[in-house]
This record gives sequence, C-alpha cells and structure tokens, in this order.
Amino acid sequence: MENSTSNASASSGHGTDLGSPWGQSNRREFLALAAKGALALGITSSLSGCVIAAAGTKKLDFRDDFGILNFAYALETLESRFYKTVCEHPARDFRPGELRILEDIRDHEIAHARFLKRSLQILRVEVPASVWPGIDFNSRASVLAAAKNFEDLGVAGYNGAGTRLRLAEFLTIAGKIVSVEARHAAVLRDMINPNSRDFAGDDVIDANGMDRALEPGEVLAQAQKYFAEPYQAVGL
Amino acid sequence: MHTTNDFEPKRLLAADPEIAARLAQHAAEIRDGAAISNSTRAGLMMGGAVLATAAIAGRAFGQGSALPGIVVEVLNFALTLEYLEAEFYTRGVGTAGLIPAGMRDPFDQIRKHEVAHVAFLQSALGSAAVSKPTFDFSAGGGSANGPFADVFRNPQTFMALAQAFEDTGVRAYKGQAANLMGHNDILRAALRIHSVEARHAAQVRRMRGQKGWISFSEPGNLPDATAAIYKGESNRFQFILGQPDSNSQAQTEGFDETLTRNQVLEIVKPFIAGAM
Repeated sequence: MENSTSNASASSGHGTDLGSPWGQSNRREFLALAAKGALALGITSSLSGCVIAAAGTKKLDFRDDFGILNFAYALETLESRFYKTVCEHPARDFRPGELRILEDIRDHEIAHARFLKRSLQILRVEVPASVWPGIDFNSRASVLAAAKNFEDLGVAGYNGAGTRLRLAEFLTIAGKIVSVEARHAAVLRDMINPNSRDFAGDDVIDANGMDRALEPGEVLAQAQKYFAEPYQAVGL
Repeated sequence: MHTTNDFEPKRLLAADPEIAARLAQHAAEIRDGAAISNSTRAGLMMGGAVLATAAIAGRAFGQGSALPGIVVEVLNFALTLEYLEAEFYTRGVGTAGLIPAGMRDPFDQIRKHEVAHVAFLQSALGSAAVSKPTFDFSAGGGSANGPFADVFRNPQTFMALAQAFEDTGVRAYKGQAANLMGHNDILRAALRIHSVEARHAAQVRRMRGQKGWISFSEPGNLPDATAAIYKGESNRFQFILGQPDSNSQAQTEGFDETLTRNQVLEIVKPFIAGAM
C-alpha cells in the first residue's frame, strides 16, 4: 500500500519530466506498467497473451484492468462522437451560451478518449460505429436529456468500476476523469432545470449523499443500443 | 476545547510517523488515565482538530473497529472536511438573508448531502471517529477576524468559500482513493461521495458565473489566498503518455488533479480554531 500510494502521487505530478508525449520513453513506461499490470492481475503468460488487436473482436474482458479501461474508452468515444454531432449541427433552440458549454464538454470527452486510446495502444478494442436511437439533434430538450443521461451513466460506471481496478495508477486516473464527468452532469442538469436541486437530484443521489455506482454489465446494457454492433462482455 | 498559544502546531501537522507514534502512546495514556503534561494534552487536543488524531486514531482508538489504520486515517481526514462543509452550509442556509432567493434550493441540497456524509463517515468509523473541531469560517484560525470575516453577511464571500471547499474536496477524495484499495465497500462509498462533491463544485461555480470545470490553474474569481486550491490543476500530462497538445485548455479542464492530505490540511488549517 505504501508503494501504490507513492506511485499514485508520483503519477499525479506535473509530468514535465515525461518528455515528449510521443516519445519512445513513454512507450517503454507504458509497457513496463502494462507488464506490472499483467503481474498484478496474475497474467503470467507473455504480455501478448492479453493483446486484443484483431479488428472486429469487440470483446471486453472485465476480469482485468485493461478490459475495464477499454470499456471506458468505448464510453468516452461514444460521448465524444455524440457531442461532435451536437456541435456540428446545433439545435436551433439552444439558448445563448449553451453551445459554448457543449463545445467545452465535447473537447473534454475528446481528451479523455485520446488519453485512453494512447494508453491502450497495444491493448485496444475497436469501438463500433455509433447510432443514436431516440435522440433528436434538432431539439435542445432531446439533446440535453441525452447528454445528461450519458454523463450520469458515465459517473455511475466509473464509480462502479473503481473497485475492480487493481492498479493504483488506473484508479487515480479514473478518479481524475470521473469528477469531470460529474461536473458535466451537474451543469447539464442545471441547464435543464436551473437553480434547482436537480444538479445533484434525489433521482441520482441517495439518502447517504452518494452518487450511483453501476456494475459494468449494467452500464454496458444501457449503452449497448448506441453501438452499431454489440460488445461481447466476459468476466462479469 | 481549543487550546494554548505557546504550542507549536506545525510539528503536529507534519505527517511525521514518529510524532504520530508518540501521540498514539500518549493518547493511550490519556485514555488509561495516566498523568500527562499540559503541553502534551494541548498538543493532542490541537492535533485532534486536524491530522494528528487522524493519524493516531487507527492505533489508539481503533481497537473497536475492524478497519485498518490507513483506512481510519483516510476516513477521519474525510470526516474533518465533511464536518467543515456541513457546518458551513448549515450556518449559511440558516442565516436569514444571506443566500439569494434563487439559490436556496441548490445550497440546501448541498447542505443535505454534506450532513449525510458526516453521518455516514461517523457511522463507518464508530468509536474511531474524530470529534468535530471548532471552525472559524473567516479563516482566522480562531480569531474570527480572518480574510473572510463577512462570510455569513456577504453572499459573494459565502459563495466564494463554497467553491473553495468543494473544489478542494474533490481533489482531496481523489488523492486518497488509492489508499482505500482492497477495502471495496469503503472505496466504493468514497468514490460515490467524490462525484457528489464534483457535482456540488460545478453547481457553485456556475452560480458564481464560472465554468463548471477548472481551466488551467485559474482560481475562478477567488482571492489570491486560495491559489493553493488550484495548484497543479494545469497539469497536462496524465501518467504514462502525454496527450496530443492540440487543445491544452481541454486537457486541463478534462482531468481534475489530486491533492495530498498535507496539501489539503494546509488549505483548511486557517478554518480550524487553534490550528494556525
């Protein structure tokens, strides 16, 4: 625990010593971490044993951190595609300033997806095309309601997956992302019903003042309809 | 309950395991009725407001609890922050004319959650829970005459402090998650509280006319004295691989950063009577 604590705090440092984001040393660091992850997860075969490179596999194995991070990558990709569509074809009844907020959120989701994509470069599962059943991009109300649901689902998903992660580094980075998803959820809820209790409403926060936490299987079940091809989940 | 002037609190505030161990010994002596010096008693009381009791609680008081020491430390740290927030909003919401009419519901919702967090953490800790310190929301360390002396008279000051506490709380919980690994019920609860603090932070920021998220290390129209709250938020490199640099603002906004326990305690110290 001492070790993981210090690792976690080191990883939250300012990172200026990491060199070029594209550099070879980062790749080596990642491979080292991946190997450590494999060890922590009891994967004793070679690292290639957990590489999921084949296009069209779409299999998520929730028994290890990489399956969970791949799932996070799928959700972040879904969100970033959603907000890209929202911002490319803004609903005519958006109110002043609202598009700017949605553009901010889009950029955050793109940053999340890119981060996960780079981190998972050799362990990445391809994300199927997105479909948007029931979402009317011409309608402010429909867009905001869908956005709220994506953000609430993301928060609950990260909260529920946290205890499955075995590497402190991954838990800390998931924490850095989930609080921003929660900020998004609150802002979207306040756009829908300003200055009410809804930003952290009793529909998502329980009597202990706690947000939802959903198991990956539940989150996948809710998100599945937005993927043109279903994911195959194992290890749930 | 708070204490003497000649005591040197910095020593206690330093997360020094030797000091913590000595205090644990002293705490056991107190509990067992042994005579102790006044200065030790003062130190224990003062430390009890902040870190020291958190550090020793798991050893000296935690026998009745099944929780390991590190978990007790983290939960007591969280409890101290939740005490601060719960009392802050309870007083704010209860002060006639302070909160603008259109903002009463959001603040009352936040109050409700912080009070619930206190109750949950107290219940999780049982007899190992630290007691509530005496707070000074002026940030005067007990003088009631600090830079935020008008906190319960001036809505702008109240809202500024609300933002400061919430953005700090988000970073504080996030920084401790790794210490709770392996204790799944506790970790899950902490994560679920963490995201609620983030919702609070976003709402308060919005009501202050700020973005719901933190750009670079910008203090969001808070006084310079709060710079420590946003220190390191401008980080653009998330552990293994840096990110493409096409949108540095989004990279800083999109990832909230951690604070260590000591960084958080330094931030809240002026709000605790006798801790400065």
